[in-house]
Amino acid sequence: MKIHLCLTGIKTIILDCNNISQYSVFLINSALMNRRDIMSAVNPDQYSYPSVFIYGHRATGKSHVVLSIMKDLELPHASVDCVECVSSGLLFHQVLSAFFGPDAAALLPRCPSLSDFVRLYKQMSSNSPATQTRYIILDRAERMRDMDFSLLPALLRLQELVNDNVTVILLSEIVWEKFRPNTGCFEPLLFHFPDYSKGKSLVQILSWDHHPSYTPELYASYINILLGVFFSVCRDLRELRHLAVLNFSKFCEPLEKGEAKESDIHKLWKNIEPHLQRAMQTVYLREVSSVQWEQQQMDEKEATTLRVLSAHAHIELPYYSKFLLIAAYLASFNPARTDRRFFLKSHGKIRKTNFLKKHEKTSNHLLGPKPFPLDRLMAIFYSVVDSRVAPTASIFSQISSLVTLQLLSQVGHDDQLDSPKYKCSVSLDFILAISRCVCVCVRLLDLLALSLVIQSQVVRQERSLFTAVSNLHLL
Amino acid sequence: MTSSVSKGCFVFKSASKKRKRHIGVGGYLVDDSDENGCDRFTICQKLWETVQMNTEVIQDQLNKKVLDSLAEFIKKPGLACSSDVWRQRGSEIPTAALMLGVNVPDHAMTFRSLCNLLQDSVTPFVVSVHAKECAAVKLLIQKVLEQLMGRGVSVDEEQEDDTALLQKTQCTISALCQWYKTVTKERRRQENKCTQVSPKRKENLAKNDLPVVVIFKDFEAFNSQVLQDFILICSRYTQELPFVFIFGIATSPSAIQHRLPHSVSSLLCIEVFHSLSCTQHLASVFDKLILNSQFPFKLSSRVIQVLVGIFLYHDFSVQNFVKGLQFSMLEHFNSQPLSVLCCQKHEALLSAKILSKQNVERIRHLPSFMRYVETQEPQEQVRLLTNDEHVKEVCQKLLKNLHTYHKNYYPILQCLHSLTSSLPKFPLGKHIRELHVSCIEKNLWETEEYDSALQLLRILAKDELVAALRSCAEILKSANTKRMQNVLQQLEDFLGRLEALQGVSSEDSSGNGVVSAKMEYQRTDLFQLQKTLLEKESRRTKRMNPFEVLRSQVIDFIDSLVREYLTPAEFQPLNEVCYYSSSGVLRQRLNVTPRTSIQAALTHPFYYLKNESLKTNTGTISSAAPDLCIVYKLHLECGRLINLYDWLEAYVTVMSAAEDQDTNSEECGKFDSLKHARFIQAVSEMEFLGFVKSTKQKTDHVARLTWGVVILTERRWQLHRNWPVYGYLHCLL
Repeated sequence: MKIHLCLTGIKTIILDCNNISQYSVFLINSALMNRRDIMSAVNPDQYSYPSVFIYGHRATGKSHVVLSIMKDLELPHASVDCVECVSSGLLFHQVLSAFFGPDAAALLPRCPSLSDFVRLYKQMSSNSPATQTRYIILDRAERMRDMDFSLLPALLRLQELVNDNVTVILLSEIVWEKFRPNTGCFEPLLFHFPDYSKGKSLVQILSWDHHPSYTPELYASYINILLGVFFSVCRDLRELRHLAVLNFSKFCEPLEKGEAKESDIHKLWKNIEPHLQRAMQTVYLREVSSVQWEQQQMDEKEATTLRVLSAHAHIELPYYSKFLLIAAYLASFNPARTDRRFFLKSHGKIRKTNFLKKHEKTSNHLLGPKPFPLDRLMAIFYSVVDSRVAPTASIFSQISSLVTLQLLSQVGHDDQLDSPKYKCSVSLDFILAISRCVCVCVRLLDLLALSLVIQSQVVRQERSLFTAVSNLHLL
Repeated sequence: MTSSVSKGCFVFKSASKKRKRHIGVGGYLVDDSDENGCDRFTICQKLWETVQMNTEVIQDQLNKKVLDSLAEFIKKPGLACSSDVWRQRGSEIPTAALMLGVNVPDHAMTFRSLCNLLQDSVTPFVVSVHAKECAAVKLLIQKVLEQLMGRGVSVDEEQEDDTALLQKTQCTISALCQWYKTVTKERRRQENKCTQVSPKRKENLAKNDLPVVVIFKDFEAFNSQVLQDFILICSRYTQELPFVFIFGIATSPSAIQHRLPHSVSSLLCIEVFHSLSCTQHLASVFDKLILNSQFPFKLSSRVIQVLVGIFLYHDFSVQNFVKGLQFSMLEHFNSQPLSVLCCQKHEALLSAKILSKQNVERIRHLPSFMRYVETQEPQEQVRLLTNDEHVKEVCQKLLKNLHTYHKNYYPILQCLHSLTSSLPKFPLGKHIRELHVSCIEKNLWETEEYDSALQLLRILAKDELVAALRSCAEILKSANTKRMQNVLQQLEDFLGRLEALQGVSSEDSSGNGVVSAKMEYQRTDLFQLQKTLLEKESRRTKRMNPFEVLRSQVIDFIDSLVREYLTPAEFQPLNEVCYYSSSGVLRQRLNVTPRTSIQAALTHPFYYLKNESLKTNTGTISSAAPDLCIVYKLHLECGRLINLYDWLEAYVTVMSAAEDQDTNSEECGKFDSLKHARFIQAVSEMEFLGFVKSTKQKTDHVARLTWGVVILTERRWQLHRNWPVYGYLHCLL
């Protein structure tokens, strides 16, 4: 199999690119392969391998390389992003219209099945037989697993089914092992696109973006500085390019002001390094939008600290909603066994030993919230809230609105009617903030403190526990 | 808030609709007893229209700022996108995170005005989607396409066929892309036809494609997978389709990060916009509708407390507050025949002239009028009680008084609020509504809070006092009654004197302010002596300077104003005409308790069925009651798990106890199949109502539920679940 050999030989593809933009130069690995090799790889006269599976992390150039080859060599191809294909019909439609024009695609029935597609493809390809291999490129192929279970195995050997010179190229971020169906299937050719290495490829690729008014060397050194900061958290080429573009103007500032020359790398580094660190905490996490970041760079003098997204964590809630949320939190993180102790006035004597079971002594915060039934929530709510509250419909509607606001989450779908179960999905800090503004009653704070004590490992220092409990007694 | 039990229970919604539908049919409203139902209805409707108009105006005013900045934001990215070709940022979708607060019912109005604003001034391509309609990406895309293309088609008819065909065949963003291209081409051609623009401008237009705005009304409720997919798909088309997203967020911006992973949120360029807080909104609605002498309908203190309580404790929804106001209006005009007089002054006077005999009689029975009569001379009293014409005249006079009372009340209230709102710890409340409530409830000057507030005012520094008085003067300027002008004059006089003090402040501080201490030594007991000595001490140390004297004069003046004008409304004769005071009804209707009413129905069936035989003493179980009630009462005596057989036996005992006490005990133990069947039905009804449920712990037992009732009432109906009779048959048979 000539093609097989050729394709496995591809370690690196560099297309010399007189006619394409500068980005289409892509380095994948060290070895080289020139255009002629690829030409021979896709020999139109021969049937090619039915399916190829290419995988590698995000932004390692999978689709770019494949699409550049297709474009460069003007091969007939259909490129489909599987995210878009909410039904398999859309996929068929796109493939057919790419190969045989929209008229052919219009012939598909309303909800086309795989056999409709195959039939139509056969019919069309017999009218216009392939002079070259046709390529179907499926980006984000992992989505195909959620579609019809027979679709993936069928596409893998589409060549046999339609009796045409067609190759299916699957692109994915995850490995082939996660695709293989239980029933087994045709094994495609596997290719791995490894991550870019820091030293060579990333710097080289990023340096292609260099600004026309500065020398490439300067830009390369800028990229080196940038990678020094960001490489530990981010290897996504796209993201790095984005960050590089965003911060370059700041890097050039001393040059424009005439404070430094291009050779003063150290000075430039000193200038940009804290800025990049800040960028890592804000723009990179999208706490601050890139437009805001640029604006901030423009009017740096004001030194306004941008309010980041997560800074506005506070939520105004109606009075009883706050209590409901607090009750939900207590129900979620305290063991149900302890309720009697915390919320009943006459709970009897506390036994020192084995008050908490062994497994309960591990921090509940590490274990995450536990589901609780509505009854328990209401019971705790009524013992926590300080005034008499009628069980009105609005109280219950508040529970459902807390669920829609995603502050509570409903769990389990089997017994929704009779005893719905909930989980509290807010953090301790949030609850503390809420209870601080609600708490006219000290009792509640104590309860929270107590549940904290229990949740943390401090349990063994039983004295603090008992002082908390005795506080409770006093109230 | 969103889908909830309470929505279904708001009685007034349907009531208002019904009324509106019957506008022409005045006769529908007329009872046999009162002939002016139609009048009241028209007055009520007119008032409601002003309420609606006012609330809309307020909302628009308050939202203007944030909406304008949003529109700016949406206009902007068209330029930014095309600025640099080599920029990655182009593929980021500009996204506005619109913080709306948790008062979800109010959002609809904001979104409506946002949509209108955008369509008028920015782009015709505005889509708004609701989480409920978009359970899958497919549906979301469909929704977007439907709204966009449907609108586009209606603009120019030629393309209708094409788009319809497209819609039929495939529902993808690429189809939308095609459509967008043709539409923009069409637009541009038309624009070129219309105005011969300069080539430069043309270029500008070409660059500045109209953005496609997608509004996600309730961001939190969206399935995050759906959102992620949609964003991924859209980001593929940003070059051709300038998308702009608006997320309507109820909680906090960090919700975005919780819902979307980094790989997706990195495709967005998020900016946060804050809309106004609901408490501010409420305050302005309150100012406009309740603290306004132009608006004749008034609420009593208890009613205000109920409405504000619902707002603060339950939903934060201004919309619901206004609905509550509407309900109390309807209730007032419906239940109080004298509410014909509750309108603008001249109309009220006119209708007072033509009061019917019945209504005159009703006036005589008003508690406030009776109180008024009691204060009159005996002769006058007789006339008031016998002469209808005289009552009408007096009534006109009293109405005038009531109106002037209101006209004077609100400015003084505002003055007092502006004076006390800056005091530490807010002795008279932070918001004016609290002050208002305590004013109309009781004599304000008798409360401790008022005393402490005055005390604090008495130690106010000069500049603070002057500033506060200035703001008072501002408020009084807008009031146009004679008395208020008088007050204003006096106030300005005080201000002038305070200002004049500036020069002579410290010189004669010892002069005129000294109170001569005259001591009359009487028989001395120790306590008395101590007290007098202390007083003496304090007097000696506190020599008042002129400013202090003046200050105490000012405060006394304000105190006198409060005593004169801020009298409780209850003491005004004829206040019942304008004031709606049945807070109990309001609470019952607006803050419903389905659980208690179901329990009441089951324990006291007489309460609803009104059948004499159902009257029982508490504690006993009557066999005359419906089966369900008997079964319910029996189940109250059980523990968490109920043995069905025991339950059945108890039921049969109750039934047979009444039927045949004389028959021998042998038959008593057995039960016939009829009772059996009735029991099964009753138990399944219990399950239907959510009091019990079958349990897997023991086969022939059911478990009691505590809170099932409320949740069930809504959900059961939604699901149309069959009655679970069959579940029990195998246990018992």
